[in-house]
Amino acid sequence: MSESTLPAFATSGEPDRLRIEELAVTFVTDVADVHAVKGVSLGVAPGEILALVGESGSGKTVTGRSVLGLLPETAATTGAIWIGDRNVVGLSGAQLREVRGQDVSMIFQEPSSALNPVFPIWWQFGEGLRAHDPKVTRRQIKQRAVAALAKVGIPDAERRITQYPHQFSGGQKQRIMIAMALEMGARLIVADEPTTALDVTVQAEILQLLRDVRDAYGTSIILITHNMGVVADLADSVAVMYRGQIIERNWVADLFSHPQEAYTRQLLDAVPRIGRASASAGVTDQSRAAFAAAEPVVEASGLVIEYPGRLGVLPFRAVRGVDFRIAPGEVYGLVGESGSGKTTIGRAIAGLEPVSGGSLKVFGHEMRGTRERDFRPLRSRIGFVFQDPATSFNPQLTIEDAIGEPLAIHRPTMSAPDRGAAVRRMLEAVELPAAYAGRFPHELSGGQRQRVSLARSLVLGPDLLIADEPTSALDVSVQATVLELFTQLQAEFGFACLFISHDLAVVDMLAQRIGVLYRGELVEQGIGSEILGSPQDPYTKRLLASLPVPDPAEQAERRAELARVLAEPAPR
Amino acid sequence: MSETRTPWWAALPVVSDLRRSRGLQRGMLIVGVTLTALLVLTAALAPVIAPYSWAQTSGPDGDFGTQQPPSSAHLWGTTVSGFDVLSRTIWGTRTALGVIVAAVLASIVIGVLLGLISGYVGGWLDRVLVMFADAIYAFPSLLLAIVMSIVISGGRSSMWGGILSAALSITVVFVPQYFRVIRAEAVRLKAEPFVEAAKVMGAPHRRIMFTHILRNATRTLPLILTLNASEAILTLAGLGFVGFGIEPTAAAEWGYDLNRSVADVTSGIWWTSVFPGVAIVLSVLGMTLMGESMNDLNDPRLRTRRKVRKAAAAAAAEGGTADEPGLAVEGGTR
Repeated sequence: MSESTLPAFATSGEPDRLRIEELAVTFVTDVADVHAVKGVSLGVAPGEILALVGESGSGKTVTGRSVLGLLPETAATTGAIWIGDRNVVGLSGAQLREVRGQDVSMIFQEPSSALNPVFPIWWQFGEGLRAHDPKVTRRQIKQRAVAALAKVGIPDAERRITQYPHQFSGGQKQRIMIAMALEMGARLIVADEPTTALDVTVQAEILQLLRDVRDAYGTSIILITHNMGVVADLADSVAVMYRGQIIERNWVADLFSHPQEAYTRQLLDAVPRIGRASASAGVTDQSRAAFAAAEPVVEASGLVIEYPGRLGVLPFRAVRGVDFRIAPGEVYGLVGESGSGKTTIGRAIAGLEPVSGGSLKVFGHEMRGTRERDFRPLRSRIGFVFQDPATSFNPQLTIEDAIGEPLAIHRPTMSAPDRGAAVRRMLEAVELPAAYAGRFPHELSGGQRQRVSLARSLVLGPDLLIADEPTSALDVSVQATVLELFTQLQAEFGFACLFISHDLAVVDMLAQRIGVLYRGELVEQGIGSEILGSPQDPYTKRLLASLPVPDPAEQAERRAELARVLAEPAPR
Repeated sequence: MSETRTPWWAALPVVSDLRRSRGLQRGMLIVGVTLTALLVLTAALAPVIAPYSWAQTSGPDGDFGTQQPPSSAHLWGTTVSGFDVLSRTIWGTRTALGVIVAAVLASIVIGVLLGLISGYVGGWLDRVLVMFADAIYAFPSLLLAIVMSIVISGGRSSMWGGILSAALSITVVFVPQYFRVIRAEAVRLKAEPFVEAAKVMGAPHRRIMFTHILRNATRTLPLILTLNASEAILTLAGLGFVGFGIEPTAAAEWGYDLNRSVADVTSGIWWTSVFPGVAIVLSVLGMTLMGESMNDLNDPRLRTRRKVRKAAAAAAAEGGTADEPGLAVEGGTR
C-alpha cells in the first residue's frame, strides 16, 4: 500500500475534514463473505477534491457510502472514519442522522431517483432542514430554497421551487442535489458518479459547478468515478482503488504524468482519446471514392421515425429527416446525446421500430411499411450487439445455445455437432476458451458477455452489424480490449457496421465516417478525423469541447476553449 | 468461479429454499413442509392406516352405532350417520389431495398458456382476456364454485366425478391468478433485450414465446401453486359444507363431515367436528406456511440472512490482506 495521505493541502492550516483509518467492510451473502473494502486509510483536507477511481467492484462506492453510514444491514464495518472529532463507525441511527446533511452530504448517480417525485422542490429542501431544526417555518424553508437554487445557477428560483422533480432536466436535478447539500451546510460532499448518467455537455456544466462550489465555500468533495477525464478535469488528488485497497494516492498532475503502479498505468492507457488511434486516419480520397461507388448496405433519405402519441397528444418525432448511407465494409459511427435518436435509427434498421416517413433501405429492401414476413429472410444478414450484456442473454440458455440460436433459426437442417463446431469457432474468434460453451451467461463477466454477444451476432457471417453502445456498460480497461477485438473482427470478416455511441473518442477509434445527431437531426457527417479535427456545426464544437480528456494540463486549456465555445450562439 | 457445482436436486424449489433459509423463516418452512409431507403420506398410506373404509357403518362386531364417543374400537368416535371419524378423516386426505392435484394442474396449464399468449400478443386479445379474468375475480370464489359444480355434476356425484367437478370449479377460480402472473411476466420479458435479440435474429413467435419468455416466467409458479393448494382445500371444504360436495358413500370429505356435525356441537358431541376441522386447519396451515416462507425467501428484501461473523470481519480488517475465499467469491459473482 502506498502512503495514504499527502502533504497538507496547500491552502489550509486546518485539520483534515475527513480521516479514514483502516476501514474494512465485509458483506454477508448467500454464498460466502465478500470483503469489499480491506483496510483503506485516507485523509481529505478542507477544500480538497479527492477522486476515488477504480473499476466496478473495486470498493470505491462502498468506501464513499460508509462515510455516511449508508451501507445495507448485511455489511459489517471496522476501522474508523473521523469527521471532525466524531467517529462515524458504530454510531447509532440518531447520531448518524445528526452527522448526515450537516457535516457530510451525498450526491447520487441518478438524480431522478434521488428526489421524491410527488413533492415540490421546496418541500424536499424542507426535509433536510427540518431534520436538524424542527422549528423551521415554511416561509423560511422557501426563502432558503430560493437562495440555494440561485447559488447553483437555476434561474427563476422563486417560481421553480414550487415545481416537481419531473419538470427539471437531469442536469438541473443534479444541481438541486448540490444546492441541498450546500444549504444543509455540508462541508464534505460525497459525489458518487455524479455525472455518469448525464450527457457530456451537461457533465461539463456540473463539473464546473462543483468546482465553483469548492472555490466559493471551501467544501471538500470526494468524487467517486471511473471516468479519468472527469478526474483530470476536477480533482486535486487521486486515490486509485483496486480490489478493496488503495494502491496509489497522489496529486492529480503527478498521477497522470508519473503513475507509479502498473495498474494505474494500465487504467490510464485504456482511456480512449480522440486522435490517438483514429480509424479514419488512413482514409484516402481513393477509398472514399470506392465507398461512394459501391451499392450501399443501408441508405436513408429523409428518414422520419415517430413514436405514436396517445389520443389528443401529438406523436413524438424521434428522428426528423435524416440522410445517410453505409457502404459495404464501412464502419459508420453515429454519435449524439441521449434522446438524439441514435438508438432509434439503429433499431429501425433492425426492424424493431417502424419507419414513419422518408425512406430507409436495408440491402435494398424498403423498411417503410414493410412486413415482418418479407423482412425475415434478410435478418440472417444483420447482426445486432446490444448495450447491456447482462440483459441481452436469455439467462436459461447456455453460451453454446445462445451463440447457436441464429444457426438453429436460419439453418434448421444443420446438425447439432456441426452447430457445436461453428459455436466453438466463433468462441475462438472472440478469444474465449471453448470450455465456456457450457456456461451460463451469469457465470461470465461483463466483458466476456459482450464478446459472446459479438460471437452471436457474427455467427451467420452477416454483411451488416449494428452495435448499439456496445461498450458503455463496461469498465474502461475492459472496453479497450473489446474495442480492439471489434477492430480485429471487422478487418477479418469485413462486415459493414453502424456503430452507435455517445463517446466521441470511442467512435473515433472505430469509424471511418461519423454522423453527429442532435435532437433527431444529422447536424454534421463526414470523415471522422475531419469532423473531429475541425468541426463546423456549433453543436459538434460544443460536444467536442465538453469531452474531458485524461490529462489535467490539457484539460485546463480545454476548459477555456469550452467557455469560448459556449459564449458563441447556442445551437438551435 | 467455483468448479464444484451444486447437485441438481439442490436447485429444486423447496430444497433450494430450505438451504438458504435462516431463523424463523426456516422454522416456518420446515413446519410447512412437514405438515404437507404428512398430508401426502397419509393419503398414500390411507388403506394401511385407516381402520375402516370411509363408508363403513358396521364391522365384524355389528353396527358401529351413531355418535359414539371415542373408545378403543373407534379412537375418534363415530358420526351421526355411524361412520368412524378416524377413518373418514384419514380417507379425506385422498379426496383433498386429488382435488388439489387436479385443480392445480388444470389451472396451471390453462392459465399459463392463456397468460403467455395474452401477454405476448397483446392488443385486443389481451384486453378481452384480461377483462374476463377481472370479471372472474369479481365473483366470490365459493359462489362460482357452487355454480360450476351444479353445472358439471348436478350437485352430487361419485368419488371421481365429485373430485373432478370440485377440481374444475376451483380451476375456474384459479385460472385468472396464473393468467395474471404469467401475463405480467410475459409483458415484462417481451421488452427485455434478450427477447429483442431473438427478434433481430428472426426467431419465429413460437420459439420466442416458449424458449425465451416462458422459461423465464415460471419463477413465481411454485409459490402461487402452494398458496392455491391451500385455497383449494378450503374451497372443497366449503363446497362440502354447503352441500355441493361429494356423496358420503362415494368418498370421505371433511367439509361434508363438518356440515353433518353442526347439530352435534350444541349437544356436546365434540369429536365429530373437531377432528375433520383440525385436519382442514393443519393441511391449509402447512401449505400456507410453505408458500409464505417461499415467498419471503424469494424476495431478497424479506429474506433474513445469517449474522455477520464478527471474527471474520475483524480478521479482514486486521491484516488488510487478501482473504482468498472472499476474493474467489468476488470474482465469481461479478
